[in-house]
Amino acid sequence: MAATASAQPGLWALLTPKWRGALARLRQERSGSRPKLLLLALVGGTFWTGIFGIAYRVLRYIQRVADIGDLLAGKMLGIILLAFLTILLLSNVITALSTFFLAKDLDLLVGAPVASTRIYLAKLGETIVHSSWMVALLALPILSAYGIVYSGGPLFPVIAAAAFVPFLVLPAVAGTIVTLLLVNIFPARRTRELLGLIALGALAVVVILLRIIQPEQLARPEGFRNFVDYLAVLRTPTSPLLPNEWATAMIMNWLLRIADPRPVLLLWGSAAAAVVLGALAHRALFEPGYSKAQEGAERKVRRPLRGPLGVALRSLPPDKREFMLKDLRLFFRDNTQWSQLILLGVLLVIYIFNIKSLPIHSGERIPFSLVTIISFLNLGLAGFVLAAVAARFIFPGISLEGRQMWLLRSSPLDPRAMLWSKYWMGTAPLLLLALAITILTNSLLRVSPFMMTIAVGTITLYTLAASSLALTFGIYYPQFGSENAAQIPTSFGGVVYMMASLSLLALVIMLEAVPVAAHLRAAQRGHGTTLTPDLLLALAGVALLLVLSTIVPLRLGASRLERMEISSGKVEPE
Amino acid sequence: MIRLSDLTKRYGKFTAVDGISLHVPRGELFGLLGPNGAGKTTTMRMIAGILRPTAGSISLAGIDLLARPLAAKARIGFIPDRPFVYDKLTGGEFLRFAAALYGQQGPAVEKRIDELLELFELAPWKGELTEAYSHGMRQKLIICGAFVHRPELIVVDEPMVGLDPKSARLLKDLFRQFVDRGGTVLMSTHTLEVAEVMCDRIAIVHRGTVAAQGTLEELRRQTDSGHGSLEDMFLKLTGGLREHQLDSVFEG
Repeated sequence: MAATASAQPGLWALLTPKWRGALARLRQERSGSRPKLLLLALVGGTFWTGIFGIAYRVLRYIQRVADIGDLLAGKMLGIILLAFLTILLLSNVITALSTFFLAKDLDLLVGAPVASTRIYLAKLGETIVHSSWMVALLALPILSAYGIVYSGGPLFPVIAAAAFVPFLVLPAVAGTIVTLLLVNIFPARRTRELLGLIALGALAVVVILLRIIQPEQLARPEGFRNFVDYLAVLRTPTSPLLPNEWATAMIMNWLLRIADPRPVLLLWGSAAAAVVLGALAHRALFEPGYSKAQEGAERKVRRPLRGPLGVALRSLPPDKREFMLKDLRLFFRDNTQWSQLILLGVLLVIYIFNIKSLPIHSGERIPFSLVTIISFLNLGLAGFVLAAVAARFIFPGISLEGRQMWLLRSSPLDPRAMLWSKYWMGTAPLLLLALAITILTNSLLRVSPFMMTIAVGTITLYTLAASSLALTFGIYYPQFGSENAAQIPTSFGGVVYMMASLSLLALVIMLEAVPVAAHLRAAQRGHGTTLTPDLLLALAGVALLLVLSTIVPLRLGASRLERMEISSGKVEPE
Repeated sequence: MIRLSDLTKRYGKFTAVDGISLHVPRGELFGLLGPNGAGKTTTMRMIAGILRPTAGSISLAGIDLLARPLAAKARIGFIPDRPFVYDKLTGGEFLRFAAALYGQQGPAVEKRIDELLELFELAPWKGELTEAYSHGMRQKLIICGAFVHRPELIVVDEPMVGLDPKSARLLKDLFRQFVDRGGTVLMSTHTLEVAEVMCDRIAIVHRGTVAAQGTLEELRRQTDSGHGSLEDMFLKLTGGLREHQLDSVFEG
């Protein structure tokens, strides 16, 4: 009667539901509205072209630097891949927790007579795809620039892929092993809550490491005692034991026509060994860990959270007030959510510390134009931080309603009231943060009152627009089925949102920088401080662009929310 | 109380609900029966305002749901087939939130929350996060949520799934009393015994259309079933199990 115990399903068969599901989603997207696809192509195309353009120009410039150009290019690739490696490590731990311990298909797989190694390999493949696709997409234009600038030839894509695949596998295996260990020490639900703190620790270490390495000193050779010291720093791998150096060496060896098989062997050998090690760890630790993952639900409430906040929101109608209170409760009771605030705090302190340590006002008088350039760069950096914070906290707003949408949609709650609550719940603290960063950093840079006014005005309007975009992209690309809130911002929609908000930021700075800089130069030369028509036009243009970028997405979001159909926790196609 | 006219729902080329017309007067417990995939849940979700019909109209207490959705929804309490609630809210907070969605708050709501939790034996769990609740407890919590704002109409999809016999009996009594006091219940189920005992009238839905509707007596007449049970009528209308199909499962 029973099937033979030795008959094992193929790896491909185990992955069938996943890739079939992905194909079905892709078909659904493709059959979606044409303007949406057009917008997607436009935003994606602009972003990719931008990244490729920057990488190409920087590489062309570096290549021309006599003697050390190639070394600098290699060093830059090493640092970029180190950043990727850090992101991949974190993202793999978060993803592995979902794919190995919280996914819905696990009961079926674990209950079936499937060998542990096959489950491991199938789930490892799934983890790699989920956690690495964004890094792979980002690497594509950068590696293309390297291939073109250094004339890598038609085989370069194959070499780059051969270097990149084991580079993606290694952190994925590390992520799965860390997750296996964590789940065996803490139940999965608690591990998920610990992840915020782990991410915080890991990122803080990386940022502090970067501050110790000080990559910016590579751009200032005059800071070294002599040229030999500088060359020594360039020749030494930043981290010889990490795969980013091996991948860099493999790619650069090909581009510089150096025959050295060591990086290839190191990459592929260690990737293969890591997979074997991961499978062994999985065989020993998965079953007890999976059993523990079913336990650990929290029962008692730590903070009832009424009192002062309830009083503060008392003037609102009951539906809006309880909706906001509900969101606050869910946020502060979910450690994966609030622990990100600590992370944000650490990053902000480092950001402000870096601005403070810029050698602008330390010694000799530096050109006025440099301060202006730096204050615009600061505006860009602050905008980037705000867009990323909005991606983390505002973009998931609608997705987090998830399977409870039935309650909201069957009640007489106006979808616009829901949108209003979500928008201001996210935007109010973000605006406070934006103003605090801008005022503090511009005070440290000692910019003129005029520049301060421009920066504060721009960042205020940009924050309103970035929040609006985050919320609306979250409505258009909801992740109702997500088992892990930390994964929502790195979903496809989250990445498209980041591209859109960063493109908007670049446009704002481009529109504003030239006339404002001209005005500041004229004012410094004593040519009067009257506002020229050019300047007024640029400022009005920026204001109009940002106001439209706030209102139009919110309207689209409200209309989409009204039309949204939920069928058993999943959005129906329109 | 509920009037459906030519209600249709299509997903691309697939028609889930195909021109259903029904009238459920006030003070009636109406059952919607049908095999899996017949279109019951889609119909219930359209009546609850969660799905938009492709064609046709829905009128609740004389209010057109599509034209004035908020006014119509204010009359309903909806109980879905699967009890998804916010994990990080306590039972008490969930019910307070559910009442607020209908614009209700204050001591009267607090009193009602306590009464409902007491009735369903959830009072000791009022201050605990719902992530620690069992499936049945969550089911009972969303039933409390549907009643907390004193609706005129309850739309309930598969009410007995996950309930223990005591709670199932309590729910039957609750629905009966609600209807006796002028409320209306529209209930979808494929538990024929439940429908037979509880419902005043029944509609049997098959492949997105109403195959037959009326009281048990009227259904017997429509299906020429003599003194047959609801199960006999159901199988007659929706197609019974063929013996050779059973054989094929166990042979070869």
